[in-house]
Amino acid sequence: MALDNIIERCQDLYDDLRFSYVKEWKAAQPGRHAIGYMPVYVPRELIHAAGMLPVGILGGGDQLDVIHGDAYYQSYICRIPRSTIELALTGRLDDLDGMLFPSTCDVIRNLSGMWQLKFGDKLIRYFDVPQDFDPAVGGKYYVYELQSLRDELAQLAGRPITDDDLRQSIALYNENRAVISELYAYRSREPWQVLTHELYLLLRAGMILPVDEHTQLLRDYMVAARNTKRPVRDNCRVVMNGLFCEQPPLGLLKSIELAGCYVVDDDFLLVARWLLDDVPLAGDPLQNLCDAFLTRSLETSCKFVPQQKDKGAYLLASVRDNHAEGVIFAAPSFCDPALLDRPMLQRVLTENNIPYTAFKYSENSGQMQPIREQAGTFADSIKLWSAA
Amino acid sequence: MTTDITAQGGVQKEKSMLLQKAMISANYDALARAHDEGKKVSSTFVPGNLNELLMCFDMVRNLPEINALQSAMRKQTGAYIMEAERAGHSEDVCTYVKSDLGMMAKGSIGPSGQPLPVPDLLLLSYTGCFTFMKWFELVRDQYNCETAMLHVPYQADGKITDNMRQYVVMQLREHIIPSLERVSGIKFDIDRLREHLAESARAEDDLVWVLESAKHKPSPIDAYFGGVYYCGPIFTAFRGAPETTEYYREVRREVEQRIELGLGPVTPEGVLDEERVRVVVEGPPNWTHFRDFWKMFYDEGAVVVASSYTKVGGLYDYGFRHDPDNPLETLADYCLGCYTNHSLPARVNMLCDYMDKYSADGFLVNSIKSCNSFSAGQLLLLREVEQRTGKPAGFIETDLVDPRYFSSANVKNRLESYFQMIAQKKTRHGVAA
Repeated sequence: MALDNIIERCQDLYDDLRFSYVKEWKAAQPGRHAIGYMPVYVPRELIHAAGMLPVGILGGGDQLDVIHGDAYYQSYICRIPRSTIELALTGRLDDLDGMLFPSTCDVIRNLSGMWQLKFGDKLIRYFDVPQDFDPAVGGKYYVYELQSLRDELAQLAGRPITDDDLRQSIALYNENRAVISELYAYRSREPWQVLTHELYLLLRAGMILPVDEHTQLLRDYMVAARNTKRPVRDNCRVVMNGLFCEQPPLGLLKSIELAGCYVVDDDFLLVARWLLDDVPLAGDPLQNLCDAFLTRSLETSCKFVPQQKDKGAYLLASVRDNHAEGVIFAAPSFCDPALLDRPMLQRVLTENNIPYTAFKYSENSGQMQPIREQAGTFADSIKLWSAA
Repeated sequence: MTTDITAQGGVQKEKSMLLQKAMISANYDALARAHDEGKKVSSTFVPGNLNELLMCFDMVRNLPEINALQSAMRKQTGAYIMEAERAGHSEDVCTYVKSDLGMMAKGSIGPSGQPLPVPDLLLLSYTGCFTFMKWFELVRDQYNCETAMLHVPYQADGKITDNMRQYVVMQLREHIIPSLERVSGIKFDIDRLREHLAESARAEDDLVWVLESAKHKPSPIDAYFGGVYYCGPIFTAFRGAPETTEYYREVRREVEQRIELGLGPVTPEGVLDEERVRVVVEGPPNWTHFRDFWKMFYDEGAVVVASSYTKVGGLYDYGFRHDPDNPLETLADYCLGCYTNHSLPARVNMLCDYMDKYSADGFLVNSIKSCNSFSAGQLLLLREVEQRTGKPAGFIETDLVDPRYFSSANVKNRLESYFQMIAQKKTRHGVAA
């Protein structure tokens, strides 16, 4: 498939706020279920193993007119919950048979309660993950929570979710993560070949397409990208941080690129990259998912860092491993996790002489000129004044 | 018979208020002397506060939220917040956090004017508030002190499961208690914990009696502005201590006396003459203009008969008591049961219950910019309570300790209109009846 066609397909999925794909997927086989989930992390393997379609619900972006949603939130609360409520109130989420709300922050947490009050006839679950990473303590708790989710999904599916079902799903998601890692590595090596707004659209497609279909799409893209020679620009290499929940408008990512930055790592859609290694297929699948979460998962602002020396280590590693020249902190307005974390991460960067810049956005930010100017100035300053 | 009220600096105070003031002052003295006396200091939060456990290790307790609100009442937080923002903290985030960090940046002089020590341990009771986790990461970033994390799962389905309870108990047993032993050098004595828990339960009985006295007409207490005084000791560094039990006995005596005399609550300007409106309030108060804010209520004869803020440190009025027979399990249930650890539907049920039990005329939300744990979902909560109870609801916005976010004229205007509307409605119903 040609590169343009792949991106066009992803763009169509991205633009479709009526989730037509979900409707079609369900219609293709009666009795199918689709389960929505919000950022940052839920174990999609369990949903898939129940024969259901996991659907990432990521707000309304910059194309949704939020009319009802604003009546549910004060002005000082971020945008993603109000546009998510808008999606639901306007019937756009009617094809979902359930919603999972991860323990991302208090706003997403409380949104689970709002869902209970407004849409209580569906499966609604707040999915609490442990902040104690001791396998004997947090692990024990988490395995029970995974089992509890498994039971609820099985009840909705009308059939048990066997260990073999789970292993099969784990294998598919392992493969998907491996291909995403390959894509990230490719972008890091040749960022002019993998444009970040394209990578983002590809990841977004993975929030709705079945996992195996998405894996193939990623492979097709990489083949097509390798066959398309794109111009190499004198851009600086940056890591973007803080965009893990409320989504950046596509225009923002394009603006960053147009301003002279190659994004070589980011924290977009972390659910797709949360587990850092393959989850083993042998043994108890829930225990394996649990162990992967506890010991080999990403660090982000939503997770407690038990040791001070480890704070920000992931960002530092990302900068070093990807040969980045700076970091762009882009956090949604009123995002507690990202904004509270930022000074600590900036301290780590300062101590390591890594330049950074910071701004805020909303999913519906429309005016990109200031962001473009700021990112451009940042890129210029790196090019002009860095030691290299 | 007369009530035991004294005037201090033009403000009317009951004996219990003076007792509490002395307790708080003594704690700030203890904090200032702690390291000189070889004592260890733990910082910890109000919801999920493990005071009884900390006392078993002779640790002096520092509560950053209390420092922030005490500083706000002394008009110090505006400068602290700006100091933190100058250092790169976002204008969007919690002002308790920024007040604390700003205070540290300006030399860690506490609200009493005495220095606050660098904590030896940050006991991060992660209960009902995401920001707590980041707050102590930020404090640790400054002081590099040991942090003990107690993750308390959220009661999303309105119940405490065995898995949740066991998770908290195991954290206490495997991580929290060993950390406290290591930092303090004192071995854990479970019988000492039982004694403190028994003491807590005695005080809790009297606290509930005091809060429920607001069912009387007129209410002898204000369960929001007065309520914060009543809850202060039990929510903070004093629960489980004998002087706290004595404090609550004294509060109860005072309230009993007022009921006997048919008196209303004591306000800073004396006993309220006439109770015209009874309201239930959701959300924390504003601390920077606490007196002005309270005055906007009592000037209109509005009495808060129940509030959710006085439940952030535990829902004692729904039967919870610290249980010395099950010491770690009871600590787990306590942490799990704090108000903001309850789901939105459970909060709606509770508030409707208060509206009914306390014969309230209206429901008011004070929405706090800093506190997403409380505020996210409050507009739906407001509509649900209004719909279910048929009583008028009101909505105002302020902040905890950011003076820039308290618009006096705006809040006053809204409150006056709201209370007058309720009063008119009551009159109409009275005539109709």
